[in-house]
Amino acid sequence: MTDEKKPKKEIKPTKNPMPAQDPVERARNFNEVALGYSEEAVIDEAKRCLQCKKEPCRQGCPVEVEIPAFIKLVAEGDFAGAIARIKNKNALPAVCGRVCPQENQCEKYCTLGKKHEPVGIGRIERFCADWELAHGVKTPEVAPPTGKKVAIVGSGPSGLTCAADLAKLGHKVTVFEALHVAGGVLMYGIPEFRLPKAVVQAEVQNLKNLGVEIEVNSVVGKFTTVDELMENGGFDAVFIGTGAGLPYFMNIPGENSCGVYSANEFLTRTNLMKAYKFPDFDTPIKLGKKVAVLGGGNVAMDAARTALRLGAEESWIVYRRSHEELPARKEEAEHAEEEGVKFAFLTSPVEIVSNEDGWVTGMKCIKYELGEPDASGRRRPVPIAGSEYLMDVDTVVVAIGQGPNPLVPRTTKGLELTKKGNIVADPETGATSKPGVFAGGDVVTGAATVILAMGAGRTAAKSIHEYLSNK
Amino acid sequence: MFKILEKEVFSPIIKQFVIEAPKVARSCKAGQFIILRIHEEGERIPLTIADFDREKGTITIVFQEVGKTTTQLGQMEAGDTIKDFVGPLGEPSHIEKFDGPVVVVGGGVGVAPVHPIARSLKEAGNHVIGIIGARTGELLFWEDKMREACSELLVTTDDGSYVRKGFVTDVLKEVIEKHGKENIPLVLAIGPQPMMRAVSNLTKEYGIKTIVSLNALMVDGTGMCGCCRVSVGGATKFVCVDGPEFDAHAVDWLELGRRGAIFRPQEQQAMEHHQCKCGSGCGGAK
Repeated sequence: MTDEKKPKKEIKPTKNPMPAQDPVERARNFNEVALGYSEEAVIDEAKRCLQCKKEPCRQGCPVEVEIPAFIKLVAEGDFAGAIARIKNKNALPAVCGRVCPQENQCEKYCTLGKKHEPVGIGRIERFCADWELAHGVKTPEVAPPTGKKVAIVGSGPSGLTCAADLAKLGHKVTVFEALHVAGGVLMYGIPEFRLPKAVVQAEVQNLKNLGVEIEVNSVVGKFTTVDELMENGGFDAVFIGTGAGLPYFMNIPGENSCGVYSANEFLTRTNLMKAYKFPDFDTPIKLGKKVAVLGGGNVAMDAARTALRLGAEESWIVYRRSHEELPARKEEAEHAEEEGVKFAFLTSPVEIVSNEDGWVTGMKCIKYELGEPDASGRRRPVPIAGSEYLMDVDTVVVAIGQGPNPLVPRTTKGLELTKKGNIVADPETGATSKPGVFAGGDVVTGAATVILAMGAGRTAAKSIHEYLSNK
Repeated sequence: MFKILEKEVFSPIIKQFVIEAPKVARSCKAGQFIILRIHEEGERIPLTIADFDREKGTITIVFQEVGKTTTQLGQMEAGDTIKDFVGPLGEPSHIEKFDGPVVVVGGGVGVAPVHPIARSLKEAGNHVIGIIGARTGELLFWEDKMREACSELLVTTDDGSYVRKGFVTDVLKEVIEKHGKENIPLVLAIGPQPMMRAVSNLTKEYGIKTIVSLNALMVDGTGMCGCCRVSVGGATKFVCVDGPEFDAHAVDWLELGRRGAIFRPQEQQAMEHHQCKCGSGCGGAK
């Protein structure tokens, strides 16, 4: 170790704590849970960074943010410089700093993390983005117009990232969004208490400042098709980032009873339509006293925590494997638990029971035990014969996953799809089987993370740029 | 923003707007619908496309005031704008040249969505028998338009205040008896659920294929939430992307009715909240 010759820097072993709303209080409001660092805390946290020459943290970031460089600027108190550095690589830093699973990405590779807690990279990124939003946003430089037009279908994380990169390179970019606001899952899926919608819209505005045009209320596959955009719309290339918005149901009896929601419906009503402010906002939502959320991913945690905030007395996560196998981020499951969400592990419903008016009154469940590991290495849940029991619930939210929305794949000629209906795209370039059409994010990978979708948007932007330059 | 170009008042509760929406008008087909949101705090509601003009880039919608959003919509005037207006959504009606007279039935405000389908069927060379009805003569509209869209048109009112007394099903029964059930290849019905269900029950007896356009609760209208799901022939379908038209004899009407009533109390509450705000004497919003 050559470092040992230098005077040894004193290392603070733990991250600066993130101020947060009290769990009991926050479980009943929609305000953001994590409150963000103060200037003192962020500088202190930035000083924990060892400024490794090899920058191992960057290999964990799908959009390759210049992490040590921006953290150095933060340590010096140059927040404006730091955010500019971040934005070289990341179009949505306020979002990423909040919702990235840093423990599996940048922070996983942090040298400090080998012996101690890693540097709070996400928290520092978030601080910089929020600091800029509060102090006035500088629009990055845009290259002179190339005269090329690119259509982006879907305004979720992959589409927005792809749009930002292409706009900076001087291409004319139009984003088509089916809903009435841009942002995709950032607007309808991830709850306000984790990702305030005003923050998302501020980042969307930054993209508009780059010259990106966003056409909302535009369902590609209905008012027009990808083929039409290329043949008659004058677009030289298209990026499809339509996500995985098709909800899966359990296909068990009683699933169409009143009081059964898909997580997408439950969260869309709450987040996008602000049903938690009903009747000041017009969209209603209705739930009973005891809510069961089926599934164990981040979406399930979001739904269970949302149920508490909407006034449920009990909110249950019903998951057929055990705590160990929960696919949700550890932090999300912990937050849910702190707020009072209850967990029924090794349990799965076989029927939803309703009263004579069709409303849910209970859920017939069966208990499971874990058997041998399956092909994926996870222990397979095996039902225990005779273990059926009735769970006392009156609202059920199904959060067992989503598939690709078929509207665009179905209406685009010559697009190769997987058996599940995902678009086949080269992971290195985002190129699909159709010349000039690129794809990325959940519509290619199946439901994954915000930052992976952003990485795919970035990759596609690079190859679209190459494609346009050679055209 | 989408501008209201023309407003027509058919009755105190049934109104028509012609809306500037070139993107929708360019590509829509009979049987499809739109979703609109009046303002920033508004909800998204589905309305079937009643007419369109591709050259002028306009869409015609006809709606009945049944709750807060439709009431608020009814108070808007030509020149006002609607925040969001998205479409065309849903699958178009299946149009072909059938062997024998096709019957289209429009009940109440359902006359509007049935109109473009009747017109398309006639344009495809069919003999189209139209049956339209309303509770009272006052609520009946588009008789002329329907007469033009159909080969022949029969009109009825529940209370007999206009033309004749009786339900659309009474008229339908007479038409079937007159032409012979084996000669009628298709009945298509759009209207309130009880009416579509009654038509379905009647034609099931005769074994005549029947299509209905279902009016389920919706949020996004693009297949991402399943709010509008309905059981058809034992399988779960999303009305917004698999429909809105389905085989009437395979629809689980009981489930559809129950799911449609999920938010009844909230709908009532929203209406009261709205009346509070619009200054009808209770002291304003609280």
